[in-house]
Amino acid sequence: SSNEHKLNFKKSKEACLSYIQDALLQKQWKRAAEFLACYVEALEKDYSREPIGPSEMIWRIGTEILWHHSQSSMKEFNCFMEQMKTLGVKRYLKVCLEHVFHLLCNGQIDEAYQNLSLAESWRFGEQTAIQDKEMKLVQAYRGLLDYCSWSKQKNILLEQGEDGFSDLAVEQEMHGYFRKAAVNLKEIIKMPGVWDIFVKCYVDLLEFYGDHKEARQVLNEYAYNSKFPANPNAHVYLYQFLKRQREPKKSLISALKILHDIVPSHELMIDFNTMLQKSKKRKKRRLGLEVIFAALDYAGWKENAKAWSCLARQMKQIVTSEKHLDWIKQEWSSRKDWWPAFHFSRYLAKRNWQENENLSYEKALVAGILLGKGCKYFKYVSHQGCKAQLKRFRMLKKFVNKHNPVYLRISG
Amino acid sequence: RDFNERCAQCSEVNWGLTDGGRFYCRSCHNVTERTREVVNTDFITNSRVQTISKGSRKQEKNDGGSEWYICEGFQLVLKKQVEALEALGVCPQMKDEILYNFWRCYLQKSKQAYCERPAGETVKALSVCESSTDVDSDPERPSLLHLLSLSESEGDLQTDCSFASSVSKVSESTSVYSGSVDGSLYLTKNQKDKLRMTMPMTLSFCYMALLWVREPITLSELLRYVVEGHIPYLNVFQHFPEKMKLCGLDLKIFCVESWPVYEEVFNKMHELAAFLDLPRFPDITESCFLHPDMLCMKYLMEANLPDELHNWTCRVVKKIGIGEVDFLTLVPGNKSTRKVKYDVLAVAVIVVVLKLLFLLDDHYEWLLSEHAEERNKNNTEGGPYFEFKKWYEVVKRSLDVEQKKLDEERAKYLWRCEKPLFYSVKNKSKVLKRRQMVVNLQNQFGKLSGSVQRAEKPNPSSFQLSWSEENTDGSCFHGHSLKGVLQEKRGLLTVMNPDYWLCTVKLCNEKLCGHLGHYKEVEFPQSYHFVLGLFSFLLRVQPSYIHDEVCMIEHKLFNKKLYKKLKYNTVLRK
Repeated sequence: SSNEHKLNFKKSKEACLSYIQDALLQKQWKRAAEFLACYVEALEKDYSREPIGPSEMIWRIGTEILWHHSQSSMKEFNCFMEQMKTLGVKRYLKVCLEHVFHLLCNGQIDEAYQNLSLAESWRFGEQTAIQDKEMKLVQAYRGLLDYCSWSKQKNILLEQGEDGFSDLAVEQEMHGYFRKAAVNLKEIIKMPGVWDIFVKCYVDLLEFYGDHKEARQVLNEYAYNSKFPANPNAHVYLYQFLKRQREPKKSLISALKILHDIVPSHELMIDFNTMLQKSKKRKKRRLGLEVIFAALDYAGWKENAKAWSCLARQMKQIVTSEKHLDWIKQEWSSRKDWWPAFHFSRYLAKRNWQENENLSYEKALVAGILLGKGCKYFKYVSHQGCKAQLKRFRMLKKFVNKHNPVYLRISG
Repeated sequence: RDFNERCAQCSEVNWGLTDGGRFYCRSCHNVTERTREVVNTDFITNSRVQTISKGSRKQEKNDGGSEWYICEGFQLVLKKQVEALEALGVCPQMKDEILYNFWRCYLQKSKQAYCERPAGETVKALSVCESSTDVDSDPERPSLLHLLSLSESEGDLQTDCSFASSVSKVSESTSVYSGSVDGSLYLTKNQKDKLRMTMPMTLSFCYMALLWVREPITLSELLRYVVEGHIPYLNVFQHFPEKMKLCGLDLKIFCVESWPVYEEVFNKMHELAAFLDLPRFPDITESCFLHPDMLCMKYLMEANLPDELHNWTCRVVKKIGIGEVDFLTLVPGNKSTRKVKYDVLAVAVIVVVLKLLFLLDDHYEWLLSEHAEERNKNNTEGGPYFEFKKWYEVVKRSLDVEQKKLDEERAKYLWRCEKPLFYSVKNKSKVLKRRQMVVNLQNQFGKLSGSVQRAEKPNPSSFQLSWSEENTDGSCFHGHSLKGVLQEKRGLLTVMNPDYWLCTVKLCNEKLCGHLGHYKEVEFPQSYHFVLGLFSFLLRVQPSYIHDEVCMIEHKLFNKKLYKKLKYNTVLRK
């Protein structure tokens, strides 16, 4: 008969792992520790055929437990990490990095820096070349901490400057940190990846020292190089930089256009729409309408009064001028089936009126234009507003009544 | 060989073996002149025996070790095990008179001792655990990897191989890597006719001795005591004396990483008994603990079933003849009789009785239970009527709790021990470092476990579930009456249930497919599955194992009906 049900070392440890997993998921740290203590003897067996061996399991699980367990101290944690570093040479730098992250989370910047320096000086035969990427990360994070030190020195200098002092030593130190930081940060952002924080810091350094050309180059690379993964933040950084550089609207708009394509719900869409509305070019104004409608498709924008006011303003302008009503018609055609229930229900009318008068005003204007004076949202809000004797609601009512035929043309 | 002569003094047939190898009558202690000489060859000493007994060995090792043979190691293991059994209350004769004689007989039969050294077999005292540059590298000798792959894979074979491979990179062609003298020979020799000794087989020896002495310990109990740590098995080698250095292939032999399974130990025991040419074992009679009537009583109690069911189990036992002395007593080498698993047989009888009374088709038993519940309302005198539903709820609750505990324990087993194991001196330091780290981590996380300390070994107990009549919550069913499910017919109490379903219409050929019946949970009623699961937990065997026995009993019980042409496939009317 088969011996499949025989309990052996391997099955016993597998069962142990599943108990640990359950305990971790339920945040039962004591129980997880209890089972992990039983699991660790798996280290004495060689699992080189398995994808994840016991040493990696123990490192990851042990880290979680020690990090969350109420009775575990940072000292214990550090001691454990040091042990883990000796366990698997192929993971050495990864373990170092994770350790550094935990130290940073705990506010131990100096210890983190020490560990990074130590890791940077590690050499181990062919492993050094194999773990080249991790090494770059180690150096990048050290560069980041150098940036933090630089930033601190800079602030000291600025304060002193206000008081009229100027301390040469501080300045020298600051420049020293800059050099160290710049070298490492520059290296890492050459590799394709998501390096938001490194890019930001590097650009900050460059701008301070006046190297705008390099900064622009870096940001363009980060945003437009197809080897890099698509990253909305890259475009945000670029836009912010261009704004700081007081670039013409044209370049600002082109930077934000891509952001609109990638993330139509981005918070910068308000700025984008504002810029576009003011443009003299018809195409731009048309795009602006598209942008604001697209943003309001997202649930996160439903109660954003500013966004609604942008839309309301633009729509009011179009309706008043009676030019380009077809724009509204185009935008509305794909939305008229679901926007009424999504934005303009009677329930929402009541709620918006109660919670945010401005919001309800702007929305009522939009609703009145799109759905006519008979729409529940408009009717409720305008009624409430007039009851409260608020002038602008009376004006609103008049406006919508006056332009009611427009609705018929839009909805047609 | 049968030694079935009646004793001259008391006419009993109840023989044991003295130290000197003579038969003695256990009833009256009359010692005969008949010795084992008739059965086997004389003890011929040879140099190997002298070496073992006189202890004159080559003290050539510079690490303080000395020569030792694998069978010496096993002898030590057996010694430890039988001492543990003595501590559990087994009679002291078992050690010296029974077990050791079995062992010596085995050594002789397998030509490891007490015999002429077989021709052509030379034991080269080869280098041990050292670097191999000075050894004749004989290309015909099997490599280390090959040797490892030959032995039964007890543990994680590939992991050991990778240990070995890291070692054999140094010396691909050397073969002997063992602390013992004959470790490699032990693994390579074609042992088909000689029944090579293994760790599970030590338990077969123990069980065989227990059976000979008819101790009240079943095989499932024995194995449970092993797992609970009352009998040394895992890591027994740490008790070997210092001079017996264990490394290399010895580990393959002595370091087990799995718990032995009932079938394994049981089958081996019978093989062993036949190999040793043992005579008919002492009779298992009605007063014996291992008799089905006795064991049924025990298991009925443990399963919290009414005592009244015992009448029924006895009736079934009698009807199919499994209480007969000749059926129960072991005659080694007799291939025609079915080997009796006393504990499994007893629980299978209980299962059949439950099926007889309650049908267990997921329908009838609940109906009967409701019926009994109704009758219980008007039942003022005597004990309450047994209600299947109540029993099920109570037992299931306890069983779930115990099963959960057991599952957790199994996940928490610690397999390693303090004594370091290494394949060669070369990776000794690595092994020691690892061990140190493991101990550190165990301490670190053990402290974080909170107040839960590893509980002391529970005292060995024959009963895993216990129910007390003193409990007023009605959770003990021993005293309950079966009247609720019986009816009077012509002055006799018979079961109300008129039907029975067979587990299998046709028995499979055990030799071909290993089973008599095939058990799949989904194909059988849940109640049946529950009952099997209960006894499976108590005996620590697979449900299918019990199921096979149930099939066997049913076919014996309904023998006549089965030979008639059956109109219905599975449902019989009694």
